[in-house]
Amino acid sequence: MASGKRGFAAPAFLLALVLLLLVAATVFLFSLRSFQAPPAITVNGEQVDQQYKLTLYITGAAFLLAQLGLALAAFRFRDRGQRVHFTRGSNTVEILLTIVAVVLFLGLGFLGRKAWAEVRYTPSSADAIQIEVTESQFVFHFRYPGPDGKFGRLDPARISPSTGNPLGIDENDPAGRDDIVVPVLTVPVNREIELLIRSQDVIHNFYVRELRLQQDAVPGITSPLHFTATKTGQYEIVCTQLCGSGHHLMHSFLNVVSETEYENFLKQKAAIQ
Amino acid sequence: MSAQTLPLRPPSETPKGFLRKYIFSTDHKVIGIQYFLLALLAVVIGIVLSLLMRFHIVWPAAHLPFVSGGVMKPEQYLALVTMHGTIMIFFVLTTAPQNGFGNYFLPIQIGAPEMAFPRLNRLSFWGTVVSFLCLVAAFLVPGGAPISGWTSYPPLSALGAIAGPGEGVGQTLWIISIAIFCLASLVSAVNFIATTIDMRAPGMDLFRMPLTVWSWFVTAILSLLAFGVLLAAGVLLLLDRTAGTSFYVPAGIAVSEHLQTHSGGSPLLWQHLFWFFGHPEVYIAILPGMGVVSHVLSCFSRKPVFGYRAMAMAISAIGFLGFLVWGHHMFVSGMNPYSALTFSVITMSIGVPSAVETFNWLATLWGGKIQFKSAMLFSLGFVSFFVTGGLSGIFLAQPALDNVLHATYYVVAHFHLVMAVAAIFGVFAATYFWFPKMFGRMMNETLGNIHFWITFVGAYCIFMPMHFVGIAGGVRRYADYTGAAYLASLQPLHRFSAIAAFITGAAQLIFLFNFFWSLRKGKEAPINPWNATTLEWVTASPPPPGNFADNPPIIYRGPYEYSVPGVRDDFIPQNLEPDKIIRTGQE
Amino acid sequence: MQRSSTQDEAKLDGASVVPQRAYVTGMTVALGGILMFFMALVSAFIVRKGMPNSGWRPFDVPRVLWLNTLILAASSFAIARARKHLRASQNEMFRRGWMAGSVLGVFFLAGQGIAWQQLIAKDILLWTNPSSSFFYVFTAAQGLHLFCGIIASLVVGFRLPRRLTLDTATEVVSMYWHFMVGLWVFLFLLLLLGQ
Repeated sequence: MASGKRGFAAPAFLLALVLLLLVAATVFLFSLRSFQAPPAITVNGEQVDQQYKLTLYITGAAFLLAQLGLALAAFRFRDRGQRVHFTRGSNTVEILLTIVAVVLFLGLGFLGRKAWAEVRYTPSSADAIQIEVTESQFVFHFRYPGPDGKFGRLDPARISPSTGNPLGIDENDPAGRDDIVVPVLTVPVNREIELLIRSQDVIHNFYVRELRLQQDAVPGITSPLHFTATKTGQYEIVCTQLCGSGHHLMHSFLNVVSETEYENFLKQKAAIQ
Repeated sequence: MSAQTLPLRPPSETPKGFLRKYIFSTDHKVIGIQYFLLALLAVVIGIVLSLLMRFHIVWPAAHLPFVSGGVMKPEQYLALVTMHGTIMIFFVLTTAPQNGFGNYFLPIQIGAPEMAFPRLNRLSFWGTVVSFLCLVAAFLVPGGAPISGWTSYPPLSALGAIAGPGEGVGQTLWIISIAIFCLASLVSAVNFIATTIDMRAPGMDLFRMPLTVWSWFVTAILSLLAFGVLLAAGVLLLLDRTAGTSFYVPAGIAVSEHLQTHSGGSPLLWQHLFWFFGHPEVYIAILPGMGVVSHVLSCFSRKPVFGYRAMAMAISAIGFLGFLVWGHHMFVSGMNPYSALTFSVITMSIGVPSAVETFNWLATLWGGKIQFKSAMLFSLGFVSFFVTGGLSGIFLAQPALDNVLHATYYVVAHFHLVMAVAAIFGVFAATYFWFPKMFGRMMNETLGNIHFWITFVGAYCIFMPMHFVGIAGGVRRYADYTGAAYLASLQPLHRFSAIAAFITGAAQLIFLFNFFWSLRKGKEAPINPWNATTLEWVTASPPPPGNFADNPPIIYRGPYEYSVPGVRDDFIPQNLEPDKIIRTGQE
Repeated sequence: MQRSSTQDEAKLDGASVVPQRAYVTGMTVALGGILMFFMALVSAFIVRKGMPNSGWRPFDVPRVLWLNTLILAASSFAIARARKHLRASQNEMFRRGWMAGSVLGVFFLAGQGIAWQQLIAKDILLWTNPSSSFFYVFTAAQGLHLFCGIIASLVVGFRLPRRLTLDTATEVVSMYWHFMVGLWVFLFLLLLLGQ
């Protein structure tokens, strides 16, 4: 059963080769432009991308070292009848390694806290445009408060998409009369937007990859999510939280438009109410 | 001691009759094989489900002859997703590494004749079988299997059939199955822990135990503390479904215009309870594999494990820290953002003992004399996949990045690399390594090598593309990706994965063939074909009842005394009397 | 050689024997697992109660629960006394005390049933309100565990399991018993505070 004295090199050689190819392919594919997300459209998004890049470099280096180390060790120390270099280990090495790992990993985490804090700790400013996002099986509804700037009260018992009231706006509340309910999200560029994300039935999610943001829509909770888009365009909204058999059908669009177009949009919709 | 004395017991008899000996046995070795075979059945089913899933993603409109209506419906796809995850995680990854090999080899490796509680052991196994049957039955009931994923988040999983197909009886069966599994696992954990603490042979100190025993021991502690929480969560979910309670379902829910009568429950409560179990669960899946890899790497490098104590402590650290990080599954759930950062920091810190383990594996190889047996190849492969899969976790552990990657295929890539590949490689390594001991025959090494190469390359081909799908924002658990334009553009990556999956899946037949053919026709195995040091290799292949016949072992040294300078043989069994060691006279 | 575990009765007429302390270890460990189950329920209780607008409506915990608690505490004393008698080889006293403890456990369960009946009569059911939901879940879970304990204590009282000495068997059952009593006291206090 010889992997014997002369060193049957094939498995060792093959392993080293495959690992080398793995490393090469991985580095190549990860740097390829075509496999990256489209550019971020917020400043925060760009910070997230920076953090991603930093993480990629550090983990990439670790990946390279480990896979190539594995290849080298397996190949160099294949059984060729050599003497084994006996050792039980080294406490010094373990301690050093632990310190390096702690610094690297915790340091990385520490560096990433700002991008998180800006979105999640800091509330939106007082003049942010508030838009309510209501998700249900399997649609998105977006509600604007209308000219009066107030959202009308919602009553789950009044929910009736079939008669044009998918959110269950209470008709007795005057604040709700001018609310604008649409299936597509339109926002002005360079203005802070605060989304109030909620669900009518099961857990859904709101995700726009260009924003580098997502948030679960949990029934019983209204989750705020704020951002400021810096580029106009149309971006896809998807639901990432499994919500039933129509989960794959749930999507909408985020339209980032100029300030004028946004005003026109609001006027247009207000006229219909 | 009490005034009572232990009544003299009759000598242990070999049970007679086929049923007592092979079906309802209390022998830990038989039970270990039974668990292994259950896991084997489960993994075959699980792989078939996953191939159907892959097929559907790439060809959603394809006509399938065995599906009623001809084309797979979205709920059928989601049922596959749910059952694939549930079967693989519970009945393969929680079963084979721990209950399969652990049951078989833990007592032997500590020099014990049996597990502490053999009849409880039998109960655990058959409980697991009942749990499995209950789960699979969900496919056959009206409405079919549940569609809420293995994570079963309420309200989707709590509202009953109105929430979707499969959410009726199917979901209830799922909960009952998992509850039974929890009970069986708890009993098994008690057995493992008591055995390790109280039944070690003379001289088998804690730091002379093989790392496999360490990993089974720590894993059992994780099981003990985690499964009770899942059981509680499941009980509350069952009550929400059947008894009108509102633990998880908030007020004011309207499903398809039907107002639900629940009041003020919290969906996040389920997530906290579930993931408090769920995160330790994935360490339950991987730790035994890490133990096996240390064990096998040492044997086939003919070198002690580098930093044995550090390895034992790293296993314990990973186990302990694993209980503190569950929130990293919930970064975008609406949980308190400050706690998110806490969970993130602790999650990143798990990278530290993992790095120690990885470095020590490489250091074990370094300066060794490596034999590329199949078990060794799979152990080396484990290291590669553990690194790859573990590193992608560093991205997901940061909440700012998780904002982008949560519930995308990046996550799918991450957990498959560590669980579906690395942990399974651990099972393969264990199988190739211990088959001779368990069955008295050798497996075919050539077939083993071929199995390794196809699986190693194939697994990377399946899961690497998924990282890119995720980075591009490709969402998971979609029955059809042709709806949103950018998702449809990622189909080529899915196709590549699918083709690799079919090839790699088919290659597993080589393993199955090798396994079953060698049972009958394999070359007869010697007692110690690998010249290994631990106690399983000093007794017959397979071991007799009571494991050591009339020679209960006494332990004199640690578990990895390979190539000790000044000794003629390049290994010293743990139970060899010191005066029987043959020295070389040369240093 | 430093202190390491040895199999005390390992050589007994060639038969492999599990050391008695393994049963104590096993029970200790098992209680850890059971504790986690109840802690999960308790944390669910605390979370749910603390949620704003949760619709939590407190109710009067049936007074009979105080009596039940006393009965259960008495059963603990009886069981503990019985073990003392056993260790002093006073077998008849042991048997009487052990049975008394078990019977008191049965009375406790009956008392819990009465508490349930009283609540049902007031239309406070499992699904009425989260506060009542937790009440029923806590009492049912603890009751079910205690019921298993009663079965075990009766088995030990009447028919010694083959692999354990009577000393070990009673030690293990009494560990479980005292744990269930302590758990009940804790849950009871929690339910009281929750109202």
